[in-house]
Amino acid sequence: MSMLTFEKKYRVRGGTLLGGDLFDFWIGPFWVGFFGVTTLFFASLGTGLLIYGAAMGPTWNIWQINIAPPDLSYGLALAPLMEGGLWQIITICATLAFASWAMRQVELSRKLGMGLHIPFAFSFAILAYVTLVIVRPVLLGAWGHGFPYGILSHLDWVSNVGYQFLHFHYNPAHMIAVTFFFTTAMALSMHGSLILMATDPREGETVKTGEHENTFFRDDIGYSIGALGIHRLGVFVAISAAFWSAVCIVISGPFWTRGWPEWWNWWLELPVWY
Amino acid sequence: MKIINMKWFASAAVLGAALLSGCDIPPQETVQRGYRGTGMEAVYSPEVLADIVAANQVPEAIPAVSSDGPKAGDIYQNVEVLGHLSVGEFTRLMAAITEWVSPEQGCNYCHVAGEGFEADTLYTKKVSRVMIAMTQNANENWGAHVGGAGVTCYTCHRGNNVPEYVWTIGVPPRHASGMVHQMQNVAHQESNAYASLPFDPFTRYLLEDNAARVAGDTALPTGHESTIESTEYVYSLMMHYSDALGVNCTHCHNSRAFAAWDQSNSERVKAWHGQQMVKEMNNAYINPTNAWLPAYRQGPLGDAQKVNCATCHQGAYQPLLGANMLADYPNLSRLAPAQEPAAAMEETTEMESASLDNGSTSGEAH
Repeated sequence: MSMLTFEKKYRVRGGTLLGGDLFDFWIGPFWVGFFGVTTLFFASLGTGLLIYGAAMGPTWNIWQINIAPPDLSYGLALAPLMEGGLWQIITICATLAFASWAMRQVELSRKLGMGLHIPFAFSFAILAYVTLVIVRPVLLGAWGHGFPYGILSHLDWVSNVGYQFLHFHYNPAHMIAVTFFFTTAMALSMHGSLILMATDPREGETVKTGEHENTFFRDDIGYSIGALGIHRLGVFVAISAAFWSAVCIVISGPFWTRGWPEWWNWWLELPVWY
Repeated sequence: MKIINMKWFASAAVLGAALLSGCDIPPQETVQRGYRGTGMEAVYSPEVLADIVAANQVPEAIPAVSSDGPKAGDIYQNVEVLGHLSVGEFTRLMAAITEWVSPEQGCNYCHVAGEGFEADTLYTKKVSRVMIAMTQNANENWGAHVGGAGVTCYTCHRGNNVPEYVWTIGVPPRHASGMVHQMQNVAHQESNAYASLPFDPFTRYLLEDNAARVAGDTALPTGHESTIESTEYVYSLMMHYSDALGVNCTHCHNSRAFAAWDQSNSERVKAWHGQQMVKEMNNAYINPTNAWLPAYRQGPLGDAQKVNCATCHQGAYQPLLGANMLADYPNLSRLAPAQEPAAAMEETTEMESASLDNGSTSGEAH
């Protein structure tokens, strides 16, 4: 892959957090870096173990492959490899691979003299995963509360954990998270369509500028958030979606053990009604 | 600046405390209900568990007596459902029932002082006769649901004249005239564990003869029809099952396929038999008593107070946490021999047909 002509001047040394100059070089288009190596190591090991688990399991059907966490009876101890131990090692690999990737983003940001916005935002995705497979299981006292690694099996887990609390749509944090997910989709689609409108005109028309974009939304809803503002809003709604997802699952079990509809009785039992 | 920060901090602390006060604080007790990783689990707060244990203690049994000697039916008059017991057993059971059902009013809750014990003056005596037969029938014929522990009067009554958890046919709350109320979206209904679902699933599924079955059994739509409404009614019924037993949906189901018996836990089979048993109790035993009940023992539509899962279970996955109380009171384990109760059964059947006219609702059949 050829390097873009302007890329060369950004290929400077330095900015690393660990390893100094050791891995501070490029292979083709990719910067390596210490955390690039650890990402590759943990991602490869984890994926290899997933494939090993599939090989030891009953099926190669991509939908049905299932690497499940240990029985609750193992608590927070290590389990035998084929009885959840594999899941535990893969969980460690995945967490370290994701964290390495975030550190790699930090190093690249430093190298380029940028802010840490990208690793900050990506951290919320890691937070959601770590909450599911580490924080909540630790709070509940067993690794078996983590979700299984498999396309259908993890969906079955989501369904059953929802029904553990009778009706998960009554979970207030789940309501907020879902709202942020939909808002993210709406904001992105509105922003995307606006940019396409401006920069990809039909034949014979000219490219529009920010004036058109602002005017459209001022006429439409009385306010235009602006070119910078829409991206601030985008980061906010997107990381909020991930954050409240983490909240909605970590409170289910560790901090609330009954049906979620019952939780709302606090509202009905407010003294103002009497 | 510092003062403002302190205020913020104090407000945040108060708000945080308010939020946490409604919470269950870890660590919790957890139970695995399915293959590892399926998410079939139950999470209990130790405080809630302690409440359940405290509420489900078995009272000390009255010392057993001999079954030899003259039969109650030969010594006393008008003994229909317990005539086959020895006089000693009969007296012991009467004492136990008094302790279980009317500890405050004593014998006079059913018997009028000065009258003979045989008099059927009070409705309570006639009701208790039917309730004893209902208990005997449950133990003899519904082993698929109550087997292993059995039921006694105490299972439901727990020292109350009327069991704490009973139900009557639901009526819509005040609503605009000329409009139909959908019998749902009503706040604070314990019947459906506080959801917005229909609040009277009992009439359809624990009184009328409807199968609580809405899921199709094929992947693609192939003629199976069920409405959103009936689906929500079944969901409501299942909320009641869960709430009554202090469990969640995964106690019986793997929610990936609610309808599939081969993916369900064996408790689901027990629950199905329980539904059939409760239907029989409500139709064959409870409804007929409506003929004698005073208005204050009836619901707003004039129907008798009926049985659902909570009546026995009272928040425990097995009533009294599975204690086999029947072992101490084996006299309740089967119906009286055929000869004696012929009159009683005849009466019951008569009453049943009479009450079906005024007792059951006009709910559509599914």
